[in-house]
Amino acid sequence: MRVVTVCGMGFGTSLMLLMDIQAIAQKHGFSVEGEAVDLGSAKGKTCDFMVASSEIASELSGEAVHVISINNLLDKKEIEEKVMPIIRQMT
Amino acid sequence: MLQVKKEMVIINEKAISAEEAIRKAGKLLVDAGKVSFNYVDAMVKGYKEIGPYIVLGPHIAIPHARPEYGVYEQCLSMVLLEDPVSFGHPTNDPVKLVCAIGGTDNESHINMLRELSTVLGDPEKIYGLMNARDYNEFVSYL
Repeated sequence: MRVVTVCGMGFGTSLMLLMDIQAIAQKHGFSVEGEAVDLGSAKGKTCDFMVASSEIASELSGEAVHVISINNLLDKKEIEEKVMPIIRQMT
Repeated sequence: MLQVKKEMVIINEKAISAEEAIRKAGKLLVDAGKVSFNYVDAMVKGYKEIGPYIVLGPHIAIPHARPEYGVYEQCLSMVLLEDPVSFGHPTNDPVKLVCAIGGTDNESHINMLRELSTVLGDPEKIYGLMNARDYNEFVSYL
């Protein structure tokens, strides 16, 4: 399974998100590959789902894959509650 | 544990706008020789153009820019504002803690981000940081 995390520059928040998602997935016994990218490079990226802060997610409405929107990137519980159902559904 | 030297922290700084807050956090990095002036401009520009997505969670922003704007060494500064300012984020405003970060390439700052995210993901630590009265008290929560 492959996730693309997106932020404004593909450098700060998207990397944090990617690390958190991989750690959460691993905790539940799933292995998730991923890439952190900036908004410009995100469009049309091949992946199973995307995750971004709510600010950025609204810019990704045209994507073919499911885009998960996170309000509080520091809240691992919010990330877990939003990401795990998608990971389970896709496995 | 996240190591942040005294010259990289200001407690109870005054700022009346998001841009001023970002510039004050950026100035710490410039003064320490970690980034160029240009990098601070790029952080402000990133915030203005891409929006308040740098507000990670309630009351916390992490302004940053791409390494090519002038990062000499991986760095992190923290400015605790006396009065929180609005960054224009729908759910996480106003911002009280501004953590300016710089990385020299796409990956080497991952550990710093991981440590930062561990601290900032802990509500008790956040509470301690937000209410710290001086540097020593502040870093005791990092």
